[in-house]
Amino acid sequence: MDAIELQGISRSFDIKGAPLHVLDQLDLRVAEREIVAIVGPNGCGKSTLLRVICGLLAPDSGSVLAFDSTVAGPEPRIGLVFQEPRLLPWRDVLTNVAFPLELAGVGRAERDERARAALHLTGLDGFAEAFPDQLSGGMAQRAALARALAPEPDVLLLDEPFSALDAMTRERLDDELLRLWGETGSTIVLVTHSIPEAVFLSDRVLVMSERPGRMVAEVPVTAERPRSLTGGGAAMFSAAADEVRAALTPAAKPEVAA
Amino acid sequence: MSAATPEASAAQRARDHAPSRSWTQRAVHDIGPVIGAALVFVLVWQAIVVIGDYPPYILPGPGAVAERFASGWTDGIIGTHFWTTLSEVLLGLFVGGTAGVLTGILLARSRLAARMLSPYIVAAQATPILALAPLIALWFGTNLGSRVLICALICYFPIAVGTMVGIRSVDPKLIELGRSFRASRRQRLMHIEVPSALPQILGSLRIGVTLAVVGAIVAEWAGGDSGLGVLINLARGSMFDIPLMFATLLTIALMGMALYLIVVAIERRLVRAPS
Repeated sequence: MDAIELQGISRSFDIKGAPLHVLDQLDLRVAEREIVAIVGPNGCGKSTLLRVICGLLAPDSGSVLAFDSTVAGPEPRIGLVFQEPRLLPWRDVLTNVAFPLELAGVGRAERDERARAALHLTGLDGFAEAFPDQLSGGMAQRAALARALAPEPDVLLLDEPFSALDAMTRERLDDELLRLWGETGSTIVLVTHSIPEAVFLSDRVLVMSERPGRMVAEVPVTAERPRSLTGGGAAMFSAAADEVRAALTPAAKPEVAA
Repeated sequence: MSAATPEASAAQRARDHAPSRSWTQRAVHDIGPVIGAALVFVLVWQAIVVIGDYPPYILPGPGAVAERFASGWTDGIIGTHFWTTLSEVLLGLFVGGTAGVLTGILLARSRLAARMLSPYIVAAQATPILALAPLIALWFGTNLGSRVLICALICYFPIAVGTMVGIRSVDPKLIELGRSFRASRRQRLMHIEVPSALPQILGSLRIGVTLAVVGAIVAEWAGGDSGLGVLINLARGSMFDIPLMFATLLTIALMGMALYLIVVAIERRLVRAPS
């Protein structure tokens, strides 16, 4: 059974009366506990793809399955982390993290406890009473991650979650994401612009074509886990990164991709 | 709040630093300019009275008005009228504010409702309340209810518009966030839209509260036997007590200021200032 199974997904948007085909007959399978990274040129529909997977956007055609059941709309078993933290500025960190539980009708005591557990998991102990405007960018994105984890999703989707952060913070959060993955056992689908990040985190890197987006290459990353940037696997990462880079270059030209 | 990490203690320190001045220093800093401006105003007023040599029944000096203000409160004549007006203002603000917020939400939510209702709401606002008040008094009598209605009408519009603009300008990314957590329409409104729009709603309430005072006075002029508006007419007419008329005007102005400051205080409590 796959955690995520997409078949023949097409989706277009109406831009001033003209249809813009963003996804075209796209297939995707993600196994349970797998980490899959999706890279592709700007505007190729990566973010649209994540929104289709989590049910925020309905595809024009095709089917979306999570653990063999249809995804018809947002559901608690699939969590999404946005590119920006999107914390509610009038709530402190604890109540921001507890927000999805509050909406789901979880009682105060239980949601506070689960939110605190999520804060602990993301290294935000001691920040529960802080407000979003008191957090650094990295801390705010940690809080957003904690909020996505609070409902204990089986699948975690990340939409370029660390792209706005500086390189050092980003590497640290990449490390922590792997630790979280080890602790929560969730399946992760990650969209990123960074080839090194894609390779470092994932079991497989999928390369998308220019719009309309389709999968044009798949690069397995066989480096052993737990991974670290300084360990022996560095050479393996760079080989896989070269392969992704090579796949991205022809992907820019549709006739080669076809 | 625990200061377990450097960043947390930095935030803590930033907050602790601000109120490090003593409260007396702050009082001088905050209230000093207000008192200074009031002194200048009173001096200019007195100077005009002295230089122009106006009799008290045309322009009483600040001393005479202050005296009448004090005696008006001690002999109870201002007090009874004051409570009538204050209750009209508060009830009108409550009715108009509630209706305004609900209308604003409706207009922000439904383009159809906005197209259908906006012209009439704007037209109603453009019609001077001064012209409407006698008509309302004619239809509904000169009781408390019709005076509250006039107060409510005048503060309804800015609050409706403020709420509409506030809710329309909610960050769509936060709306999407709510959708990703399956927020119901009601949850979206209560947990995302209204808190986001609260600064605008309270800003329009600041305008509404001062307008409600104007509404009460206008309503009392259109008919009524009690209230500060009635007292102005009495002081100018049958009593011919011009210092009392000025003392009443002062009371009205102070009421408006006090209500405004209460709204500002509520705003400070509810809306987090960016740190």
